[in-house]
Amino acid sequence: MQFSEQWLRTWVNPALNSDELAHLLTMAGLEVEENEPAAPAFNDVFVAEVLSIAKHPDADRLNVCQVNVGEAEPLTIVCGAPNVAPGLKVPCARIGANLPGDFKIKRAKVRGVESFGMLCSGDELGIPDGVDGLLILPADAPVGTPLRDYLQLDDRLLTLKLTPNRTDCLSIKGIAREVAALVACEQTPVAVSEAAVSTDVTRAVVLGDAAACPRYAGRVIRGVNARAATPMWMKQRLERSGVRSISALVDVTNYVLLEQGQPMHAFDNAKLSGTITARMAQAGEKIVLLNDKELALDADMLVIADAHKPVALAGIMGGAATAVDDDTTEIFLESAFFAPNVIAGKSRRIGFGSDSSYRFERGVDFTATRIALERATQLVLEICGGEAGPVVEQIAELPARPAVNLRLARVARVLGVDLPRERIITILESLGLGVADQGEVLAVTPPSFRFDIEIEEDLIEEIARVYGYDNVPVAPSAARLAMLPQPGNLRGKSLLKNLLVARDYFEAINYAFVEERWEKELAGNDQPVRLINPIASQWNVMRSSLIGGLVNALKANQNRRQDRVRLFELARVFNGTTADTQPEKLAALAWGGRHAEQWGGGKDAVDFFDVKADVEALLAPRSADFKRASHPALHPGRSAEVWLDGRSIGVLGELHPRWVQSYELGSAPVLFELDVEALLNVARIEAKPHAKFQPVRRDLALLVDEAAATADLLTAFAGMKNPLVTNIEIFDVYRGKGLPEGKKSLAFKVLMQDTAKTLTDEEVEAVMAGLIKIAEQSGAQLRV
Amino acid sequence: MVANVNELLAEGIAALNAAADSQELENTKARYVGKEGAITALLKQLGSLPPEEKKTFGATVNQAKQAFEGALNARREALAAEKLAKQLAAEALDITLPGRGHRGGGLHPVTLVQQRIESLFRSIGFAVADGPEIENDFHNFEALNIPKNHPARAMQDTFYVESDGEPLVLRTHTSPIQVRYMLNNEPPIKIVAPGRVFRVDSDATHSPMFHQMEGLWVEEGVSFADLKSVIVDFLRRFFERDDLQVRFRPSFFPFTEPSAEIDVLGARGWLEVGGCGMVHPNVLRNVNIDPEKYTGFAFGIGLDRFAMLYYGVNDLRLFFENDQSFLQQFR
Repeated sequence: MQFSEQWLRTWVNPALNSDELAHLLTMAGLEVEENEPAAPAFNDVFVAEVLSIAKHPDADRLNVCQVNVGEAEPLTIVCGAPNVAPGLKVPCARIGANLPGDFKIKRAKVRGVESFGMLCSGDELGIPDGVDGLLILPADAPVGTPLRDYLQLDDRLLTLKLTPNRTDCLSIKGIAREVAALVACEQTPVAVSEAAVSTDVTRAVVLGDAAACPRYAGRVIRGVNARAATPMWMKQRLERSGVRSISALVDVTNYVLLEQGQPMHAFDNAKLSGTITARMAQAGEKIVLLNDKELALDADMLVIADAHKPVALAGIMGGAATAVDDDTTEIFLESAFFAPNVIAGKSRRIGFGSDSSYRFERGVDFTATRIALERATQLVLEICGGEAGPVVEQIAELPARPAVNLRLARVARVLGVDLPRERIITILESLGLGVADQGEVLAVTPPSFRFDIEIEEDLIEEIARVYGYDNVPVAPSAARLAMLPQPGNLRGKSLLKNLLVARDYFEAINYAFVEERWEKELAGNDQPVRLINPIASQWNVMRSSLIGGLVNALKANQNRRQDRVRLFELARVFNGTTADTQPEKLAALAWGGRHAEQWGGGKDAVDFFDVKADVEALLAPRSADFKRASHPALHPGRSAEVWLDGRSIGVLGELHPRWVQSYELGSAPVLFELDVEALLNVARIEAKPHAKFQPVRRDLALLVDEAAATADLLTAFAGMKNPLVTNIEIFDVYRGKGLPEGKKSLAFKVLMQDTAKTLTDEEVEAVMAGLIKIAEQSGAQLRV
Repeated sequence: MVANVNELLAEGIAALNAAADSQELENTKARYVGKEGAITALLKQLGSLPPEEKKTFGATVNQAKQAFEGALNARREALAAEKLAKQLAAEALDITLPGRGHRGGGLHPVTLVQQRIESLFRSIGFAVADGPEIENDFHNFEALNIPKNHPARAMQDTFYVESDGEPLVLRTHTSPIQVRYMLNNEPPIKIVAPGRVFRVDSDATHSPMFHQMEGLWVEEGVSFADLKSVIVDFLRRFFERDDLQVRFRPSFFPFTEPSAEIDVLGARGWLEVGGCGMVHPNVLRNVNIDPEKYTGFAFGIGLDRFAMLYYGVNDLRLFFENDQSFLQQFR
């Protein structure tokens, strides 16, 4: 809510400057978002009257004006504004004036005619009024008065960012009430008295749904002049509250809303017929509202209806058919209380709201209905004239304000500061809360303007707010010491990430929602979890795989001329919507050189086995089985499924050439994606007896078919389960010269060791003989 | 004769010093003190000399031999040193060339900041909790005292997920982690809950997916004063500024009361960095914790925003573009 500081100060005027006032409000929870001057700085500009004008002898568009600035002699001023005319009151900047934009007014000759100042437009003074030409002041503006004083331009515009619970501060009256409570100073509210009733014209009012509208007041005012001009002070306050002046009658209702916090509506009484009823809409009813939108009404919408039709969407907007216009001569003024839960959600449903709905859906003071009506009457009579009829009012059951118990001990416990009882009572009473002192418990009754005080904590918050959050002491907290568990068989995710970082990968963060195409093509998922309201139509499904995001990031990096891309991501994927179907995955992508381009190094591209090493490093000390399997994203001959403890925990491989082509990647990246949970579990290390005897190494070269899988041989060797064999590893693969067609040679290193003694040659040979036998059974030949 | 010996010695030493390498040196050695060497020959003559001459001449020759061998050793060492110096010179590298191999990647700045905050809170006994990102209404809204008609539930704010049963959302904050943790654990509860969250918002300063870290301490006797002290301590340790000005400004959240916005004083005035408050009694009741017995506080901060402040990144979108040239800064 935006408001004029000077307006507020007519209600409450604490000994604080503008910044201090803003700070006070902010620190009480009414955040002052903006605090701007109403007009930029300028000086020596006065209210002036144009006495006469004459055409400039040498310029068609210029006039030479005689201007009264309140001195004995008029000033001669050359003016080019199209709207200058004798008799107008306009601002005049005198010689020596400094206007916004550092524009200095000097004595000057304009096309040969001397000019002793400048008549100003609103734009030139930094107070744009939308008029092309001079700022026209009211005819009664006193000549010679400094313009800043006359227009009260030394005002400031404060904008409050109110939290949804503080609907009571959506008016000058409410803010003034709050300020008075915070600084303990007097309020000087505007005097409102009951208007003299000078006609007996009335319109009957009925509460058709007493729960939705428990209070409705109205009155007819006859003989109003709808064409009357809105007084400048009112226009100014409205504009400084961000409300455009429309017509005197509409302006009055808006003004009362801003001043009193009570939304008002003025119907053209001549366009109403019969009794006014506040009731729920009936099936098939429609209304065209003030913004010209036609609305089909729902059964849970509260309307104001006359004898024939709905004439307003209660609390939200009046109807176009019964609106006041320039020809209106009698009005029916409405001031009512609508239940917040009836108004709430409706403006969202229809797609627009109003200052009224904003207040009603949060709660409006149900005891101020009548005061606001009298205030509006007073202003209508003052500005538009007319005769007021008697107030017609129906009241049903208004919201209850049950007392809330406040335990003093609870205040201390929640806030951590022991406030004296008297202080607490003073704070509560200053906010308009009724306090019944019952010893250790206070029975506190919230006022009608507060809709946010229902429990003890609400009161504690009020106390803390007024006492000042800043005043709650900051001292180190005391707590019981208890160590956090550190499971020895679990490692942190950061360890996995650091391992990949050490292997040249950068961490990526992709959106969890992806293109449906990626899911289908790269994860083989035809039934992804779908978003009902995606942020963009292409990102409409939740990912079940991280691969799509990484491929997309690769493409983006290629577009930025990266020649080597290595990215990983650790994130949840969505196989379903339940908590246990959103596991975390770790995926990585490598493309470009095996190493960053560097001197003396090979320029080899990264391949399957480089990335397989990364996977093996993540799994170490355990080793997985890599089985050939088909995955929609991967090259069928260059991919593997990773198996650990009898289950598949992920995939590894080159991107399928089909996707390399269709995603325009140039060459294939190598990818993996693994279940994070499988990577985190590691058996706690149990050390083996340390062998003090020399290990023995023997090499074994075997000739096998080109298609043979190395792992099959290793698995077969492991099947021997000889405790003397501590390790068998492949150290060379050879193809070509000297070998038969279709064969390859695999060289294994066999390490043997006994923990108790040095191995004898016989024992070593026996082991080797056993391995050779196994190899031959597996179809391999010893290569000699 | 003596004069001849000295002449021979001088000639021998000169030859030694003239030897350019160890081969030549060994040849020279042989020429003088080898089996057929000149000095050796003189020694062989000794037997044929008269006894008095034998004594003096013998001494002279032996001295000459020793002197020769001394010179030989010195020359040997000199040649060896020369050879080593040559080898070292030849082997010298351009040690300014960069090292080879992996240069290392880097963690995402949001992760770095998350780890930093986690370790600060771990140091005062907070555990780290986690939870699903597709949530139901209960965990994301209902349990947190967010009423049915609250604007946060609108489709323009919250992502909804297609579902056959109850309405499902992408969690709009990490608070559901706290709800789940409180349902499954008894007080005392001290956790931080980092994670991805989602809101229907996308512009220069908003990302539809971003990161939050929330904290929760529920125990007997936890007060607003504790909240203030933990948050102030955290912010000063995080930004490494003991004099960092922190203020707590009254605010409103459905799930805390009293509630506060957290501001820190930066070079350009107060900057909002998070929200906090005492856990609303309704929230505690919703997770079966007795609000009469236990009190607690909760807070929430934006990890992306903290990463921007900590590293001086001025565009949020950089965090989600995965541009390696941006990520390379965070090695």
